[in-house]
Amino acid sequence: MSIRVFGVVAAIAMMMSGAAGAKTLVFCSEGSPEGFNAALYTTGTTFDASSRPLMNRLVEFKRGTTEIEPGAGLASSWTISEDGTEYTFKLREGVKWHATKTYKPTRDLNADDVIYTFNRQWKPDAQDHGLSGGTYEYFNSMGFPTLLKSIEKIDDHTVKFTLNKPEAPFLADLGMDFASIMSKEYSDAMNAAGTPEKIDLEPVGTGPFQLINYQKDAVIRYRAFEDYWGDRPKIDTLVFAITPDAAVAYAKLLAGECHLIPYPNAADLAGMKEDPKLKVMSKPGLNVGYLGFNTEKEPFTDKRVRQALNMAINKPSIIEAVFLGTGQVAKNPIPPIMWSYNDAVEDYPYDPQAAKALLAEAGYKDGFKTDIWAMPVQRPYNPNARRMAEMIQSDWKAVGVDANVVSFEWGEYLKRSVQGEHQSILLGWTGDNGDPDNFLYTLLSCDAAKDGVNRARWCHEPFDKLVLEAKIVSDEDKRSELYEQAQVVFKEEAPWVTVAHSTTNKAMRTGVQGFVIDPFGGHYFDTVELSE
Amino acid sequence: MIRFTLTRLGLLIPTFIGVTLLTFALIRLVPGDPIEMLVGERALSPERHAMYRAQLGLDKPLLVQYGIYISDVLSGDLGRSIVTKTPVLDEFAALFPATIELSVCAIVFAVVIGLPLGILAAVRRGTVFDYATMGVSLTGYSMPIFWWALLLILFFSVNLGWTPVSGRLSVMYYIEPVTGFMLIDTLLSDEPEAFWSALRHLILPAVALGTIPLAVIARMTRSSMLEVLGEDYIRTARAKGLSPLRVVGVHALRNALIPVITVIGLAVGVLFAGAILTETIFAWPGVGKWLVESVRRRDYPVLQGGVLLVASVVMGVNLIVDLLYGLINPRIRHRR
Repeated sequence: MSIRVFGVVAAIAMMMSGAAGAKTLVFCSEGSPEGFNAALYTTGTTFDASSRPLMNRLVEFKRGTTEIEPGAGLASSWTISEDGTEYTFKLREGVKWHATKTYKPTRDLNADDVIYTFNRQWKPDAQDHGLSGGTYEYFNSMGFPTLLKSIEKIDDHTVKFTLNKPEAPFLADLGMDFASIMSKEYSDAMNAAGTPEKIDLEPVGTGPFQLINYQKDAVIRYRAFEDYWGDRPKIDTLVFAITPDAAVAYAKLLAGECHLIPYPNAADLAGMKEDPKLKVMSKPGLNVGYLGFNTEKEPFTDKRVRQALNMAINKPSIIEAVFLGTGQVAKNPIPPIMWSYNDAVEDYPYDPQAAKALLAEAGYKDGFKTDIWAMPVQRPYNPNARRMAEMIQSDWKAVGVDANVVSFEWGEYLKRSVQGEHQSILLGWTGDNGDPDNFLYTLLSCDAAKDGVNRARWCHEPFDKLVLEAKIVSDEDKRSELYEQAQVVFKEEAPWVTVAHSTTNKAMRTGVQGFVIDPFGGHYFDTVELSE
Repeated sequence: MIRFTLTRLGLLIPTFIGVTLLTFALIRLVPGDPIEMLVGERALSPERHAMYRAQLGLDKPLLVQYGIYISDVLSGDLGRSIVTKTPVLDEFAALFPATIELSVCAIVFAVVIGLPLGILAAVRRGTVFDYATMGVSLTGYSMPIFWWALLLILFFSVNLGWTPVSGRLSVMYYIEPVTGFMLIDTLLSDEPEAFWSALRHLILPAVALGTIPLAVIARMTRSSMLEVLGEDYIRTARAKGLSPLRVVGVHALRNALIPVITVIGLAVGVLFAGAILTETIFAWPGVGKWLVESVRRRDYPVLQGGVLLVASVVMGVNLIVDLLYGLINPRIRHRR
């Protein structure tokens, strides 16, 4: 018996060290995926387990950046028409699909798959549209139903998308997880077999890994896909050990039961950096945490009040206390790693005296009473909104503004703030597609003020003109220029206090090589090597 | 006995109605709905929000929703998860064996350690051993599971490296579920050495979950033993010249066990509550972790169905304990 136990222990030790046999990488993922079809969901946890290892998009980003890399996805090249409404994609040839226990693909990727993928999400009468609940939230929130005019097959390996109006961020949208290409042949086969639900439960993709099995809430297992069209992954088996508690994930990392943990507690980072068996990788995240003023309500209708309250806040001390040093002061509404970031913009200095003077000038010599809304949950861009609100409250008190901190349950918080019930609100954003449009238009345009995502309810014509024009122009330099100007207007008008961009931290065993932090928050393992 | 059984069964009906009504109402009293959880920071137009609500049947009046729910439940349909779209019953059936396995091991641990401790403490009443046992069991009883579990992990798994940190089985094995009980499935599989891995994974969670019942059982056994040891028939037994082992082990223990069995039966409810925390910490893929996750996602069908199923199991176990109690102790059965 004891020999057997010893054998198992030794086998585990060998497994973890990767000294012999198949190389297995264990990722302590933070939660269970909601399903395996990314188009149906909106969370990074689900994308990490589905679209990222298993699927490909027409276009993909250069790993670790927000830039589209020509040829990195399933489209080997593309052309955009002069007026910016026609996108023609040439598909890569010889792209193989995964097989499952009950299905063997007979053909490679072709144009039918692309059309099937988008039609399913778009047209109510399309094949599989109603399958698995049929809610395609990202497809809708990126505005695809109104944007798309038609998708046509030119030949087996050429697809043309026609848009109703020019939309420069369209290409970046196609790199998002919801746009992962699915197999029409698989869908046909499963529908014919009377088991359409398998399409979303036992996914068939073109990605670097294929799914072996999923034990609900416990373990997801993948195998490197030998026929992958790109470089075969350097590891043989990829395992997601679902571990919701960050402290337990840290313990597993220490014990060698997993190689990488996605969201270490900020308080544990110092200890991890000192441990010779571990290493920590850090990178600025693609996000912004802000305090938005409701510009439809007195006294925030007055630009001077907004500027004064900007000057009253001591941001560096917030970064220290709330982010425990894992963040940086934000001066623009977009993060510095995004193209068109305007570094020439100057932030409001921390100057309570000047703030007081400006408030007096605006007619609020004795200050006023207001509310600060604080989120009840941790988000990547704000680990502790309550604490942040209290610090702002005390900073504002020093200039005579008496603020009351308000909070609601998360769903309620989002709903009420869309309806504009707040006076000032803490919130933030994590980028979806790396395009500045996804921050500046999505969060600050007049359209966004109408539907409520623009929590400042700020509709400023000069700013709006710039971000609308940048949507139509397809020349990237020109677009960048427009966005840089928009950031200047934004700073002057001060609808937000831009508080922070948080840093992303990943902790791993020192033997993990080649992991790249993805600005969109994804975890990709096809380039990772184990040398422990 | 039949009459007694029927009365006990009859009592289940109001309990069942109470449980469905409570879970249904409580979940809807919590602000936020599944749709808002799905979209997060991006706002949803009122039309799309209304469309989703209609799709999930949340647009109907609450009373109508409850009516539909109850009639579905009575016809055996607990609905589908809003998130994963799989039937609630299937998910429960897949996860419940893990919870049973953990709970049974926790109870076995609690009884095997708790019972002898309680007996010894009673026999050696007033000694250092008695005080120490009772002191430690009081500490065990008041220990927050969350903290205790993390402490166990840090000591046994991280410092000593004796047990795995979390999970149910080493990731190097894949065992096709047959019974759903890992200890049995591993033995049935062609990799029987996986059994040891499954066993090692069970130790810490079972200890963490079993600590509170252990403390209760030890204290209950002690006080019940003390009561019995003062009875006349014990003095008679001793006077007859029976060995102390026989007096304590047979004459005293059999009578002292009756209240202890009740306590063990009642502990099942407590165990399920504890399992929610234990499973979350040890990443144990059971029903507790599943329910916690569905609260966060406002997955109404899973919460309603899951709580109902867990409540049914607790009711069932209590019924069995009641009936057993009647068998062991005729005084209960014959009382009107």
